[in-house]
Amino acid sequence: MDNAILLALLQDGLTTGAIYLLLAVGLLIAFSVTRAIFIPQGDLVSFAALTLASMIGRHIPGTIWLLDSLCAAALALSLARGRLNAVIPYGLAPAVLTIATLAATRYGAPTAVSAVLSLGIVTALGPLLYRFAYEPLGEASVLALLIVSMALHFVLIGIALYCFGAEGVSTPALTDASFDIGSVTVSGQSLFVGLVCLAMVGALRWFSVRTLYGKALRAAASDRLGARLIGVDHVLSGRTAFALASFAAAVSGLLIAPITPLSYDTGFEIGLKGFVAAVIGGLASYPLAAAGALIVGTIESFSGFWASEYRNIIVFSLLIPVLIWLSLTRGNPEDRA
Amino acid sequence: MTKPGQRRTLIVAALAVSAALPFVLTEYEATLASFTGIAAIAALGLVLLTGVSGQTSFGHATFVGLAAYTTAWMSRYGGWSPVAGLPAGLAIAGGTAFLLGLITSRISGHYLPLATIAWCASFFYLFGILPGLGGYNGFGEIPPLFPGISTGTAAALIGVILIAVTILAANLLTSRTGRAMRALAQSRIMAESVGIDTARLARSTFVLAALLAGLAGWLFAHVQRYVSPAPFGLSASIEYVFMVVIGGVSQLGGAIVGAAIVVLLRDQLNDLLPRLLGSSGNFETVAFSLAVIASLQYAPRGIAPAATSLWRSGNRLLNRPPPAKLGLPRDVSWPGLARPSTTTPPPTLERAAAHARSLPVRPKPPRGSLILQTTALEKRFGGLIAARSIDLAVHAGEIVALIGPNGAGKSTTFNLCSGALAPTAGSIRLLDQPIQGQGARAIARRGLARTFQHVKLLPEATVLDNIALGGHLRARAGFVRSMLRLDRTEEAALLQTACFQAGRVGLTDVLNAPAGTLPLGRQRLVEIARGLCLDPSIFLLDEPAAGLRLQEKQALAELLRALRDEGMAILLVEHDMDFVMDLADRIAVMDFGEKIADGPPGQIQDDPVVREAYLGGVA
Repeated sequence: MDNAILLALLQDGLTTGAIYLLLAVGLLIAFSVTRAIFIPQGDLVSFAALTLASMIGRHIPGTIWLLDSLCAAALALSLARGRLNAVIPYGLAPAVLTIATLAATRYGAPTAVSAVLSLGIVTALGPLLYRFAYEPLGEASVLALLIVSMALHFVLIGIALYCFGAEGVSTPALTDASFDIGSVTVSGQSLFVGLVCLAMVGALRWFSVRTLYGKALRAAASDRLGARLIGVDHVLSGRTAFALASFAAAVSGLLIAPITPLSYDTGFEIGLKGFVAAVIGGLASYPLAAAGALIVGTIESFSGFWASEYRNIIVFSLLIPVLIWLSLTRGNPEDRA
Repeated sequence: MTKPGQRRTLIVAALAVSAALPFVLTEYEATLASFTGIAAIAALGLVLLTGVSGQTSFGHATFVGLAAYTTAWMSRYGGWSPVAGLPAGLAIAGGTAFLLGLITSRISGHYLPLATIAWCASFFYLFGILPGLGGYNGFGEIPPLFPGISTGTAAALIGVILIAVTILAANLLTSRTGRAMRALAQSRIMAESVGIDTARLARSTFVLAALLAGLAGWLFAHVQRYVSPAPFGLSASIEYVFMVVIGGVSQLGGAIVGAAIVVLLRDQLNDLLPRLLGSSGNFETVAFSLAVIASLQYAPRGIAPAATSLWRSGNRLLNRPPPAKLGLPRDVSWPGLARPSTTTPPPTLERAAAHARSLPVRPKPPRGSLILQTTALEKRFGGLIAARSIDLAVHAGEIVALIGPNGAGKSTTFNLCSGALAPTAGSIRLLDQPIQGQGARAIARRGLARTFQHVKLLPEATVLDNIALGGHLRARAGFVRSMLRLDRTEEAALLQTACFQAGRVGLTDVLNAPAGTLPLGRQRLVEIARGLCLDPSIFLLDEPAAGLRLQEKQALAELLRALRDEGMAILLVEHDMDFVMDLADRIAVMDFGEKIADGPPGQIQDDPVVREAYLGGVA
C-alpha cells in the first residue's frame, strides 16, 4: 500500500468519522437529558436525504405530511387541555413550513433553499417523536426507553418506505472543487463536511455554555431532579435535546447524500455507527465520543479496503470490549450496596 | 400460581388441543400454528432471560439462526438426518452462547442490550458472508422434520414440544434456581450476599435461553425448509422482544400470548394493510411497533398480566373471593415469637412439612470465641477516606452495635466486612481466616449473613420465596434437577426452614403476600429472616429497627437476644439509641471514618469524646 492510498483512505475515514461525530454528539445530548438512547436518529438521517432528493425531483416529500399530522395531533391534545398558545408551534409554524415546502417543490427552488426546508422538517420531527413516544413513559427505565427506541425505528423505516419507496438516492454535490495539498487531493465535499462539523460543534458549545437554554439543558443532564427543583422545565429540556439530536441527524443526512446513496433503511446503519462512537465515549464524554467517531470512521474506511465484506462486523464488534470495560469500571448505577 | 390440580387439567387440555390440530386445521392454518409455536418456544427463552433474570437481549434471533443454519446445512449438504441436526444445532447455539456469555456476563445494566445489538448485527452479516451458506439469499430444499410428515402433524408435534418446554420452564421458576434468577434481575449485590454466583448464573441462563432459541431454530429450518439471514437479524430479534413485551415480560404464558398475537396479526395485517393503504410495505411491522410503544405506555407489564388483573377486578366486582391471598388483616403488633400462628399455612407448606428433611446446619463456634476481627481497616474512594484504621472484634454470643452520626462510615465498614466493597488496606478475619478482598459470595459461604440499609427484596415474589432465597447455599439443585422436579425433597426442606424463620420474626401471617406490599419495617424483617435462613455464625444488621413501631422493636430486640443466647455473633448499625443501649453488649462509636470509642453501653454514654461527636461538645 502506498502513501497516496493510505492518505485517501484516511481522508475518507475522517470524512465519514466527522459525520458519525455529529450523530454521536446528538445521541449524547438526547441520552444525557432524557436517558433515552435515540436509535431512530439514524432513520432521520435517511429522512433528511430523501426529503431533499424528493424536492429536487419535484415530488412533494411525504415527511411534510408526517410532520403535519403529528403537529395536528399535538395541537388537538394541547387545545383539549386549554393551552391556546400551542397554536404557534403546532399550528402556525408547520403551516408556514408546509406552504414553503409545497411552493419550493412546485416551482423548483434552488437546492440550498430545499436543503434548509428539509433541515426544518426533519429537525421539527425530533421533539414531536419525543412528545408522543417517550414523554408518556415518564421515569421509565433506560431499558424500557431503549425498547421504545427500537419500536420507533421500525415505525420510521416503515413510514420512509411508504413515503419514498425502496430506491436509494443521491443528491448533487454542493461543490466539485478539489484541492491538491502535496501529493494528496482533498475533495471540496470532504472539506465542507469537516467545516460544517466544526461549525456545528462550535455552535453547540456556544449554545450550551453561553445561553440560558443551554445551561438549563446541562443542568437537566447532570441532575434531572435537581434541575426540576430549581425550575428547569423537564419537558421542554427533553424536547430541546431531541430537537438538537434530530438537527444533527438532518445535517448528517444532507452531508452524506452527495457521497453515498441513501435509501429508507441505510440511515439506521449509519446511526448505529454514531451510536458505537457515543458508547466509546461511555455515553457521557463528548471529547471521547468525538475521538470514537473518528476512530470508527477510519477503521471502517481501512477495513473496507482490506476486507470489505467484514467492514460492518469489525465496526460493531468494537462495541463489545468497550462495553466490558464500561461495566467493569462503572458497575451498575441502579444497584448499590 | 396455579394449584397442582389446575395445572394437570391445563396440561391435559393443551395436549388434547395439540393432538386435535391435524384434524381441525386447514393446511394454511396448520402452518400458522406451527410458526406460532416455534416463535413461542424462542420467546419462552427470552422470557427466562429478560423477564426473569433481567438480562435484556436484542440478539435472540442469532441463536435461532445458528441452530437453523447448522441443521439446514447438515441435512441439505451433509446428508444427515434432520434428527441429527437437533443436537448439533443445540450444541452450536448453546456453545456460541457460552462463549459470548463468558465475555458478556460481566456486562451489566443497559450495557448488555447494547452488546447484544452489536453481536446480532455482526452475526447477521456473517450469515450472509460465510461461503457455502447461499449469501444473503440463503438456500432451500431442506428436508422436512420426518419424511412425509403432514403440515398438521408437524403443528401437533410443535404443540407438544411447546407444552413440554413450558412445563420445564414453569418447574424451573418455582425452584431454588428460579428464585436465584429473579434475584439476579433485582440486585446482583443482594444475590451475591446470599451466596449466588451471579456471573455464572447469568451465563447459564443465557445458554438456556439460547438452547430454547436453538430448538426453535431447528424446527424453523425443517418447517420453513428454507433459510436466509433475514429471519435471524436485528429486526427478528426485536420482534421476539416485542412478543415478550406485548405478552408480559415476566410470564411464561406471556411468551405464548405474545407469539400468537405477533404471528397471527402479522399474517392478517400482511393482507389487510397494503389493501387499505394501496401500496406495499412493512406495514405490519409499523403496526406492531406502535402496539409495543402503546403497550409500554399503557400496560408496561404486558397484555397477559393486564388481562389477568382485569379479570381479577371483574371477579371482585361479582363478589367472588379474590384468587390471591394478599395482605390478610393483621394485628397491630406482630404475633409473638412463641405464639402459634393464627392463620393456616398455605398448601405448599403443608406438603413441605409432610416430607421435609431438614437442611444441613453448620457447626457453630463455641460461645465467646472470636468470630469477626478487623485490623487497621481502611477504605478510600479517591480522596475521600470513608473508613480509617478501624479495629473491631465481635465474639460468638455477643451483640455489638456500631453507632455514629450520618456519614461516619458505618455502612462502609459493613460493606467491607461483608465483601460488598474491597478494603483499601487492613485485614479482616472471619472465624480466624483472612477474608479481605474475597467477594461477598465467598464470605457468605463462611457463615456471614447481612441485611441492607436500603432494603433489597424481590418485591413481586412472595415473602416465603424471599426468605427461602437466604437458604440458597444450603441446597444444591441446579437447572436440570429443578426443571425435572428432582429437587422436591430439598425444596420442601428449604421452604420448611424459610417458614420456620418467618415464624421467628413474626411474618407467618403474610407468607404468600408479595414482599413489596409490606410496610418498610416488615420488609426489614423479611431481610432478617432471609439472613437467618443462611444459618449464619455472624449476622450483620444495617438499621434493622428503622421503620418499626415500638412493639415491633421490642419483639425484634427479643429475637436478637434469643439469637445471641444461641451463640450467634451480631453486629448492628442502628440510630435508635434506646434500642441500642438496651440491647447491645458492647458499642463501637464511629465519627468521620474513625472509631472514637468502644465499650459497654454505660461507659459509652459517659464518654466525653462520644458526647462531643453527637452533641458538639456542649457537655
